[in-house]
Amino acid sequence: MTPPSTQDPLALSLPESATPAPALRAAASVPPPLGLLAELTHRCPLRCPYCSNPIELARQAAELDTATWLRVFREAADLGVLQLHLSGGEPTLRRDLPDLVRGAAEAGLYTNLITSAVTLDAARVNALAEAGLDHVQISFQDADPASADRIGGYAGGHAKKLTAAAAIRAAGLPLTLNAVVHRQNLERLPEMIDLAVALGARRMEVAHVQYYGWALANRDALLPTRAQLDAATATIDSARTCLKGRLTIDYVVPDYHAARPKACMGGWASSVMVVAPTGRALPCHAAESLPNFDFPDVRTHSLAAIWNHSEAFNRYRGTAWMTGPCAGCPNAEIDWGGCRCQAHALTANASNTDPACALSPHHALLATALEHATTTHFTYREPGRPPAR
Amino acid sequence: MSLDEASQPRLARGFRLRQDAARGRTVVLGPERVFEADETALATLALIDGERSVATIIDTLVAQYVAPRAEIAGDVLEMLADLVERGVVTS
Repeated sequence: MTPPSTQDPLALSLPESATPAPALRAAASVPPPLGLLAELTHRCPLRCPYCSNPIELARQAAELDTATWLRVFREAADLGVLQLHLSGGEPTLRRDLPDLVRGAAEAGLYTNLITSAVTLDAARVNALAEAGLDHVQISFQDADPASADRIGGYAGGHAKKLTAAAAIRAAGLPLTLNAVVHRQNLERLPEMIDLAVALGARRMEVAHVQYYGWALANRDALLPTRAQLDAATATIDSARTCLKGRLTIDYVVPDYHAARPKACMGGWASSVMVVAPTGRALPCHAAESLPNFDFPDVRTHSLAAIWNHSEAFNRYRGTAWMTGPCAGCPNAEIDWGGCRCQAHALTANASNTDPACALSPHHALLATALEHATTTHFTYREPGRPPAR
Repeated sequence: MSLDEASQPRLARGFRLRQDAARGRTVVLGPERVFEADETALATLALIDGERSVATIIDTLVAQYVAPRAEIAGDVLEMLADLVERGVVTS
């Protein structure tokens, strides 16, 4: 699947004082989640080398059934979730997708389909629109078809996406174009923005690759240079100005060139809950990479119990768990210590300060990684074939 | 995209008003976005339907609230222009 933006919780922006005040956070009850990311399946025709699914992919036989997902959606709405992101893997590989959309819409949830779109045709798009789908986000791997097909590891994929995007607009559904950017496609960011406008997207998400799991295994082939990052930032700034009112661009910056870490998911278990295909509830899509966690199962626990009371969701909530430079840091409630998965992936301790922070004793690891990023070879995502590290 | 009193604005496709019972408020939901609507915004958004003109909306609000028309017109036009720029409202 397309890596969700970890900069903001699913790029959820709450410009008008919707974020709970610090005083509320400290209260006994936990503010409810705004979003539910439902990873319906890990199956996917694409093989993107930066896939945000875990290295250990769930098999189809282990996926939650229709009735369980529908119950999860109703529980989410009751808990206070407003938006449901139907993702994967490739969510359209679930034959019951229209039923899932209908059930979610009946529960009052805003439904957002996050898809590669290579399996969508006009008939399937119309069935989803009919079921009450609110919005579609299509991932594009590049603006150049040959490069896009190479990055996705799927011949002819780019052309299928163009056809699907037209079908989505013809059905009257609003469209977001998601572009995951890295060293091998950043030169064509202006063309990717042009593509979003040409396809009638009203929103675009430009997300630099975040380095966990498959992306970490491909880091040497993906990390952008400083010059590429600066050029991309300038491109985004100018496009935002000249496309104001026509295209909204959300931009997820990479943290390997940063001095301060990202506020990953807006803070651990603060506004989004993820449910993996097997029913495991997670505070973020990459959390299954963390050892020594007992992530609760939605088949045996209610979403409310998981969100409010589970040890896994409470472990890194707030600031009390912080150590090292995070403890007492004036930015502690701005970046929430950065990303637990990155801390674990790079320092082998998920409780450490994210090495993206210049105050981390491990910060030099990032500069070293940038120096080593010279290959163009991809290790593609393959079920049952974890990448050599 | 410019907006004036003759415009007939409506919520853009993909955006809708919804009660947020868990938090005791009304919100505008859109793609990856949640906007909290204050009282003025709510009163205006409840009236936009793609048919009513901005002038009609202002007149309706003038009848509801005790404030000079010029003041309400300024607030409404400014808010709608901002929402058009953010892609929430089309005119």
